[in-house]
Amino acid sequence: MSLELRGISKSFGALLANDAIDLKVETGEIHAILGENGAGKSTLMNIVYGLVAPDSGEILVDDVVKHIKEPSDALASGIGMVHQHFMLVPVFTVAENIVLGHEKSGFAGILDLNEARERIKKVSDQFNFDVNPDDLIEGLPVGVQQRVEIIRALIYDAKVLILDEPTAVLTPQETDDLLKIMKQLKEDGTSIIFITHKLREVKAVADRITIIRRGKVVGTASPDASQNELASLMVGREVELAPDKGAHTIGDVVLKVEGLTIRDSVGRALVNNVNFEVKAGEVLAIAGVQGNGQSEVARSMVNLEEHVEGSIILDGSEVIGKSVRESLHAGIAFVPESRELDGLIGSMAIAENLILDLHDLPPYAKGIQMSPSVVLSEAEKRKDEFDIRLQSVNDPVSSLSGGNKQKVVLARELSRPVKLLVASQPTRGLDVGSIEFVHKRILEERDAGRAVLLFSTELDEVLALADRIAVMYRGEILAIVPSGVTAQELGLLMAGVVHA
Amino acid sequence: MRKLTKKRPSLRALTLPGLSFVLAMFFGALLIAFSDSTVLKHIGHPITFIKSAGVAIWQSYLALFEGSVYNPSLAKPHDALLSWYPLSETLVTAAPLILAGLSVALAFRAGLFNIGAQGQFIFGSIAASYVGFAFHMPIGIHVVFAVLAAIIAGAIWGGLVGLLKARTGSHEVIVTIMLNYVALYFLMWLLGTTRFLRPGRRDPISPDVLPSARMPHLAGDNYRVNLGIFVALAAAAFVWWLLSRSTWGFRFRAVGANAAAAKTAGISVPFVMTTVMAISGGLAGLGGAVHVLGSDFSLTSGTAGNFGFDAITVALLGRAKPMGVVFASLLFGALRAGGGTMQANTNTPIDIVLVIQALVVLFIAAPAVVKWVFRLKNLKTTGDLTAKGWNG
Repeated sequence: MSLELRGISKSFGALLANDAIDLKVETGEIHAILGENGAGKSTLMNIVYGLVAPDSGEILVDDVVKHIKEPSDALASGIGMVHQHFMLVPVFTVAENIVLGHEKSGFAGILDLNEARERIKKVSDQFNFDVNPDDLIEGLPVGVQQRVEIIRALIYDAKVLILDEPTAVLTPQETDDLLKIMKQLKEDGTSIIFITHKLREVKAVADRITIIRRGKVVGTASPDASQNELASLMVGREVELAPDKGAHTIGDVVLKVEGLTIRDSVGRALVNNVNFEVKAGEVLAIAGVQGNGQSEVARSMVNLEEHVEGSIILDGSEVIGKSVRESLHAGIAFVPESRELDGLIGSMAIAENLILDLHDLPPYAKGIQMSPSVVLSEAEKRKDEFDIRLQSVNDPVSSLSGGNKQKVVLARELSRPVKLLVASQPTRGLDVGSIEFVHKRILEERDAGRAVLLFSTELDEVLALADRIAVMYRGEILAIVPSGVTAQELGLLMAGVVHA
Repeated sequence: MRKLTKKRPSLRALTLPGLSFVLAMFFGALLIAFSDSTVLKHIGHPITFIKSAGVAIWQSYLALFEGSVYNPSLAKPHDALLSWYPLSETLVTAAPLILAGLSVALAFRAGLFNIGAQGQFIFGSIAASYVGFAFHMPIGIHVVFAVLAAIIAGAIWGGLVGLLKARTGSHEVIVTIMLNYVALYFLMWLLGTTRFLRPGRRDPISPDVLPSARMPHLAGDNYRVNLGIFVALAAAAFVWWLLSRSTWGFRFRAVGANAAAAKTAGISVPFVMTTVMAISGGLAGLGGAVHVLGSDFSLTSGTAGNFGFDAITVALLGRAKPMGVVFASLLFGALRAGGGTMQANTNTPIDIVLVIQALVVLFIAAPAVVKWVFRLKNLKTTGDLTAKGWNG
């Protein structure tokens, strides 16, 4: 089944999210739509799926104009979608989730799941999905939950499957599995629209690539194009994907972590006897699949974790036992994993977010009286230094894009005297341009002789920035390897496989 | 840091509360018409019905105004100013309400839902009246001590809630509701003890506070309006400064808007919870003092009336901003003061006032209704009410 979009336009207020977009997806092809965050990819797909009404333009399925006003119209036309955030009820089983909205009842109105079970098994066996219809959703890994979403689309006869940033939530292994599944589906005649900003995945599976920038189609490319070419098309200028690592001199040990064990509230060890050290002028990356204890290690560096044993020595003095504030002021810059949840206060002004840590110290305050004019002038200064694109430093920080939000966090954390920079997933969800900036900034800190502790689940990021790489698996450090390691070796280590 | 947050025309901030009030008055008018037996007699004759309904509504709302602001028939030949007597009553009711409302609003801004203004108010009035009747001190000093005692009592009662939340994670809504009961029954028990029971009385009422401990009248002894209203306005100015110009307020707002990010940036969340609840309790306690030292003079089991609960309403109506709370409290004070006159002069029961109050809040809580009725497109509906739900 083919899908064609003609002249789709949609604006939200002054923002033109989609500007006369033309696109054709042929039968049985994987068509990647590549674009930065905010380029209009999701809006376009929400229009196709009937979640958003376009201002103009038409949708054709097999060369026939379809009026898609609701998701049910899309489903009836054979279009299925797997959202970035899954639409599953966690406390229901796989089968229950799949029949949701199409329940069949048997004798005396009792829910009949048998038919659904059989169809799930059939699809699951056909594509080696390994999904059991009676498992509870909340007990399943993210990758399997995603397969449940795909099964749902297939069971309701989707011939065109839209996958919205499907790999954003997956581990490297799960990503590989998904890419395999996509190829199988394609061979089975399903067309796939693959929305992403990850170049490697596009090159691995796509048949054709359409690149969208600021709501417009700016070009198409074949998967033979180099990553640099694709990135340049996506961003609209030359991009350095792998930042130049300058010369640096490795100095003394700045951070020494010994026997670090972190437990949850019921006493289970999330992190078990972890040891490492970071020297001045080097980047130690802690790689690992999400959920192997890295978040806890990162948070414990500034005492945000509660049940911690062992020792964390920063420049000769113990960090454990200090307050968060004392740890920060001892010379740790901390970029938390989630900008929105832990890094910034969305409803407060950008200027205020820039001084969350120093708000009660001179020159921002005299006694308990704050000096708003100093806060503002300082914000203007840091806006220029960190190239934060904003309308006014008085605007709430939630009005900024992801990349600019991260710049606010960096600007704040690097404004104190810093010995150690702890950055946790610093580029998660950022567009290529912002990733470039953040990477440069991290390397600048390294080159200036600071110790950098980087936590990342992105192989490319780890390989691009690290001088040494520690791989965490199930709460322990499996190995510490030099930066020359290949992506494949690193991937295996992250999956818990140690070479002899 | 008001300057730092985006300047928007203050008129726009008043749109929703203002229109909600208009809408509430409209429904109040319908209720007045349909609850009046003489109006209902004409229900079969549309023209007379509308006429008599108009008369009933006009008279009721006129009485409401005359009871709360200005009533020419009260003027006496030797004192024409007496026609302003109702305004004095409005201010007397508004003063404690402003303080209790500020208490709720301040906690709101730090993300805490202080249902306990009632209990803190009660503790404030107990402390103020005890210092007021049991000790002899010079004029001026006495009232200051009584007020300080009330602030401290309220601060302890409120701070306890913050401490419990910070230390044990108990939800402030549950704790404050329970502490309201504790405060009320503690007051009733106190009024049965010899120390608090007024000599010669068997019904629970305390002795009057000594004249030296009373809030001085502002406009002579014919009017009950007293220093309390200025205390309340000064407190509003203080809360404004605290929230927008002080480091403490910065922390309160940071914790209120995103406690996790505040913690990550090194702000001590338990400390903020405890201090904000203590200051909040102190404000409600001060409200109790203004009530007892300004107009009631003695404690009864009904001393706190409904102040602590109306406080939640005015904080909501005032969008948790100090000036908003002042205006909302003046409005509620006027409705309360005028309601009695309306009931006495017309067929309209005082309960209509409660209905209007409730409707105002209802419409503010459901801005979509107001938007729809007045065909507004760009009404700003997100305020600074950052108190979280049960998971907060």
